[in-house]
This record gives sequence, structure tokens and C-alpha cells, in this order.
Amino acid sequence: MRHGVARFVMGFLALPVALYLFYVVWPFAQAAGYSLTDWGGYSDRQQFVGLDNYVRLFSDELIRKAFWHNVFFLITVPLFTIALALFLAFLLNVGGREDRAGIRGVFGSGLYKVIFFFPQVLSLVVVAVMWQQIYRADGQGLINGVLMKVGLVDPEDPILFTFDPEPFLGVPAVLWWLLLIAVWSGAGFYMVLFSAAMQSIPKDVYEAAILDGAGRFHTFFRITLPLLRDTVSVAWIYLGFIALDMYALVFVMTPSQGGPNHASEIFASVLNFTAFQKGQFGYACAMGVALAIFTILLAAAQLKITRRERIEY
Amino acid sequence: MSVTPDLNRRTLLRRAAAAGLLTVPAAGLLSACAGSEPAQDDNSGAAKSKDNPFGVQDGSSVKVVIFNGGLGDQWAKEDEAVFKAKRPNVTVNLSSTQKIKTEEQPKMATQPSDVVMNSGADIMDISTLVNEGAIEPLEDLLAAPAWDSEGAVADTLLPGTIEKGTFQGKFYVVHVAYTVWGNWYNAALFEKEGWQPPKTFDEFFALAPKIKAKGMAPYVYDAVHGYYPRWALMATIWKSAGKQAVIDIDNLKENAWKADGVLPALEAWEKLVKDKLLLPGQLDHTQSQQAWLDGKAAFVQVGTWLKNEMAETIPPGFEMKLSDYWSLGAGDKAPNDVYAGAGEGIVVPSRAPNKAAAKEFLRAVLSKEGSAKFAELTKSLASTKGSGDNVQDSALTSANELMSNAPEDLILVKFWDFYADLDKESQNLSAELMAGRLTAQQFVDGMQGAADKVASDSSIKKQTRSA
Repeated sequence: MRHGVARFVMGFLALPVALYLFYVVWPFAQAAGYSLTDWGGYSDRQQFVGLDNYVRLFSDELIRKAFWHNVFFLITVPLFTIALALFLAFLLNVGGREDRAGIRGVFGSGLYKVIFFFPQVLSLVVVAVMWQQIYRADGQGLINGVLMKVGLVDPEDPILFTFDPEPFLGVPAVLWWLLLIAVWSGAGFYMVLFSAAMQSIPKDVYEAAILDGAGRFHTFFRITLPLLRDTVSVAWIYLGFIALDMYALVFVMTPSQGGPNHASEIFASVLNFTAFQKGQFGYACAMGVALAIFTILLAAAQLKITRRERIEY
Repeated sequence: MSVTPDLNRRTLLRRAAAAGLLTVPAAGLLSACAGSEPAQDDNSGAAKSKDNPFGVQDGSSVKVVIFNGGLGDQWAKEDEAVFKAKRPNVTVNLSSTQKIKTEEQPKMATQPSDVVMNSGADIMDISTLVNEGAIEPLEDLLAAPAWDSEGAVADTLLPGTIEKGTFQGKFYVVHVAYTVWGNWYNAALFEKEGWQPPKTFDEFFALAPKIKAKGMAPYVYDAVHGYYPRWALMATIWKSAGKQAVIDIDNLKENAWKADGVLPALEAWEKLVKDKLLLPGQLDHTQSQQAWLDGKAAFVQVGTWLKNEMAETIPPGFEMKLSDYWSLGAGDKAPNDVYAGAGEGIVVPSRAPNKAAAKEFLRAVLSKEGSAKFAELTKSLASTKGSGDNVQDSALTSANELMSNAPEDLILVKFWDFYADLDKESQNLSAELMAGRLTAQQFVDGMQGAADKVASDSSIKKQTRSA
């Protein structure tokens, strides 16, 4: 009997695992292999160069710049997305009136949930194209157009959005504008995630807190947030991955894909340029592998730091 | 197998990662690099003759991929008909796309298409293709008899077409369109207002206040793609500093960007920006061209594909005409040289399964019949002689006139085809100069620095031009 079960399970797993190995794991291995060569991408000629590509990474100014831009997103995307998502989730679930020991969300929370979740059902490219029109830097742009009509923006000097490399708090403005889109498009999903987690927190915990005279502020920071720890931690890791990517937004929205003048260059855009325009696939693969290693280390470190005893309820 | 790093796949991966199925975001980046083993050989077999110079085999098929951009793809369908008339037993699989590199690059090392039009924004780097031996030298195509006229194919081409397609001494790229670049204006408007299209920057600066008085911006440009303003900047540099200066720039000669005449050319542009003669708004190519058509700006600079690209939105009564790029004036070394040359390159991959039919197809593309159709349909000249002779069109006629008054030398810049790094840097700096964030001096210093860096980088294969 046990033997039969094993065979049954194997039968289901064999094909997906084989597909996964062939289409996912094998390309990874290939890329790691290519990263040790000087392959150009358009032929089958390649020479083994050892770790040269990796050594080169450390002296590449453009990569260094891109790395810091990714680090900017790595810090800000999870921070702002989670903060916003938590805030919204709290309002929608427990932020409403505290009457008759009833804990509920603000009025109309069901509708808000749908609205906030909406960006998640759009492809990121669609989101980028849409925001291109919102950010458009002449009178036909949604924001500029309205502000010009109201007289807040001089038509001769519109807001440049993704064309603006001037630093704001030491980071090119274009990155902040991209961050806004990333947070806008991500917050809805995590709001739903946090909502689900909040709903599994027993109501009597809140009731007890309210009886003890805790306000919204205290219930949130003393009860909700600690009990959501696991969920927030997972969200942080996912968002970290998104922050290390950001490719679609940069690719669609910034001038010369990483511009103006390298102001929005990220790992993926440098990789794309190196592989497909410079024709240095070997070096580009080394960038990809380096990023993968960095990502895995980051995720591992984070899981380790946030690991704690689970509270059962 | 190979994997294409397109956006859909990326989004898919992102979703997958979010669902927790796959926890490494670099997956897309990693698999982007995956390629594989080559295969396949040429299947030329039929005997070569004067009428069948490449030995195309009956019953074989040829896969043709056309860039469906400003010129559309209807002209290619006409070429297919020309080809089929002579080679009815060869199957032509014609397709068109805007994503040339995304779709064709992954196939280059294994099973490429036979004919690939390498054009548009998503383009395969031509120097890499040559250096990697990924595309076929086409000297035999030049030597082959012309499709429907006397002499060899080479004899039918307009000046500069062969030079433009030549890399490291060999002819690799067939450019089908013949583009003339310059400043476009609405002749009807200029006539009504009594304005003369300027020939020099000084004349332009004198005209600009009158244009502004009509509530129009004097000039609009593409702020998204740095290579648009770069044409104009390089044309001014050539006119001011002369041909040799640009050849030196292309050859990475020491201090080539600091030669006499380069800085003043860029300073003219710096003044244009500083004097606020540009339409604000950071528009892209079609947006800026539309703004020009809508009468928001007096001049837009671009090549002769403009008319076809904007065909659907040209307002009635609008008379598109092309005028030469402005020169600086008296001290110029080559004030009358016109920026013109073959464009829209087509290549034959080395691993194409049916190279004989690929070359035969290109011979048909360069035929008299095919070229005439090309000019008629696209309102652009083909790279063969006499293609536009029978087309009635103000835009095409003004381009033709400009060409017939042009001296021997045509403006030709190669460094961005030679070196991807300089391509990127020059696009970035051109955009910065036009945005007013860079002075002419900083532009020169920046380009010199980038050129020196390429010159001293041993991993980059060097190329040179002599003419």
C-alpha cells in the first residue's frame, strides 16, 4: 500500500519537476556557466575566462551606481509599501467605530478593498504605460495638465517626473517618481494579505484591549503589528525581490532606459545593455549570477533575523 | 533551448515569485543569458547561373523578418511579389515585428531567420554581429547581376550605401531606405507669414522671435531617444569642423572632440536651449512630430520617413518640406554637406538555413520595380538610383532637391555603430545638452572622456574608417 502511494505521488510530481529542472534550473546552470566565459551572445564561440567577469564587476562604475539605486529601492519599496498596506488594512478591518465591543473597519471598507487591490490585476507594463500618460511632461499629461490649468505650474517649466535627474534627498528625482508607482501598484496586494492575517486575530484580544482603555494607536502597535510579524516578514522578502528587479518600470518609463544620463540605472538595465547592446553576454551573466547570490543571501539573512517563537492563538 | 527576456515573461516571473513558487527574482535575468548549441547547415544545392547567381533551390523556403516601424511593411509585401514573379517555386515566409532584437537575437546562434531587417529601437548591435561572425558578408550580392537593370547590384546603389554597410572592410548590411535628414517646416505656413527657412543658426535666431510672437515654439525635438537630437548635433559639428574632424572622432583619435569647430557647433545648440526656443514638455518622437503638425512648433528635425510615419494625422493644408541643417556661417568648413545616407539595414545571419534564397530576396528588394514601389508606398527614397523619379509628393520632392544641390560629400557618422558604449554615452549627453543641464564644454569633455575610455579598453575591438 505504502509503495503504491509513493508511485502515485511520483507519477504526479515527475513531470512538473522535470519541466522545472529543464526550464528553470537548467538555464540557471547555463547562465552560471556562461558567466565564466567571454561569450558574445550571437555565435557559439566562447572562451573560458575564469572569474575575470566577476573581478570586473567590482571596478565597474556603472554597476556600482546601479547597485546603489537598487539598494535605494530595496529600502524604500518594502518600507513604504508595507507601511501603507498596514495602515490601509488596519483601517479596513479594525479602524472603524468601537461600539458595543464590535470591532469593524471604516464605513465602505468592502469597496475600498476592491479599489486598492485593483492595480494588482494590471500587468506592470500596462501600469507603466498608464503612468507615462499621468507623468507626461507637457500640457497633455494628467498631473501637469491639471496643475497648468490651475496655474500652479508654469507651462514653460513643467514638472519633469521621470526626466528629472536632479537629486532629492540625495537620490535622483526620477527614482522617487518610480518608487511612487511601485508603492501604488504593490500596496493593494499586501493590504489584502495583511487583512487576511488581521482577520485571523481573535476579536476577543481586541475587545480586551479596548476594555482596558487602549486607543487605536495602542491596539495597532501593541497587538496588531506583533501578531502580524510573520506576514510582514514574508511581505518584506517578496517586496525586496521586486525592489531588486524594477526592470519593467525603468525600461518603459525612463529615457534611454536608465536615464536621463544613467540617473535611473539599475542592475537589470545595466545587464540588459551589457548583454544586448554591448554584446558581452558572459559579463552580463556574471551580473545576473551576482545578483542572484546577493538576493539569496539577503533572503536568508532576513529570515534568520526575523525568526522568533510563534504565538499560537 | 533558449529563453527570451521579454516583458511578459518578466511579469510572469514576478507573479510567480509573489505567489511563492519561485523565490529568486533574478530568475528572469539569469535565464536571459541562457543560450545553446548550434546546428544546421546551408542547403544551397542548385547550380549557379547568371539568372540564378546564388543557386537558389526550387522548393526551398526563405524566412524574412521585416521591421514594422515608420516605413510600415507593405513595401516588403511588394518585394515578395517581385521575388515570386521570378522564383514561383520558392516559399517566402514574410513576417513583421517591432521587436527585432527580442525575437531574433535568441535564434542567432542556432536557427535564425534567413533575412532580418535590423532596424528600430530594439536593434541588434551591428558591431557585435560582425565581431561574432553572426552575419554573412554580402560581397557576392554586390557582384551579382542586378534584378531588372543593366550591370551589377553594386552599380544600382546610391552613393554611400556600400560604405554604410561596410564593416572591417567587408560589406555586411544592405540598407534599403535612403534617408535625408534635416529641419522640417510647414511651407504653407511659412509662405503665409512670409518667413524664409533659415540656412544658418544666425538666421534662425533672427527668425525665432517672429515665430514666438505667433505663439509658437521655434523648435521641438525628441527628448526620449537621445539619438534624435544627436543627428542634429553631429550634422552641425560636421558642417562647422569639417569631414576630417568627424572621421577623427569615429577613429577615436586623441583629442578629436577638441578639434577646432566642434565646440562652436555645440555652443550654437547651447544658445538655442538657453534662449528657450524649444517647446517644453520632454516629448518622444511621435509626440514631438505631432506637436509640430499641430502648429505648436515651427521646426522639427528628423529623417525622410517622417511623412510616412505621421501619414494618418497630417492636417489638411499642411505642406511638409525639408530644409538642410543649419550651419554656423562664414567660418564653416563644410556648410553645404547634406546629412543623407542609406538607412534601415537588412542582414543575413551566418547560420541562416537558406542563405542563397536570402541573397536572392535581397536582390529582388534592390530591384528597380521593388525600389519604385518602396518610394511610392513610403514617400521615402530607396537606396537604389531613381526610385523616387515618378513619385509626386512635396516632402519627397524637397528631399530630392536638397540632394541634387548637395556637394560630393555626405555627412556620415560611424562611431555609434562602432561602439555601443559611445552610442549610449553620446545619446545621454545629447539629451542632457538639449535639456539644458550640460554646457557645450561639458559635452565635449564628456564625449572625449568616453572616447578615451573606449580607446584604452582592450576588451573592445577597434574599428576605423578612412572616408
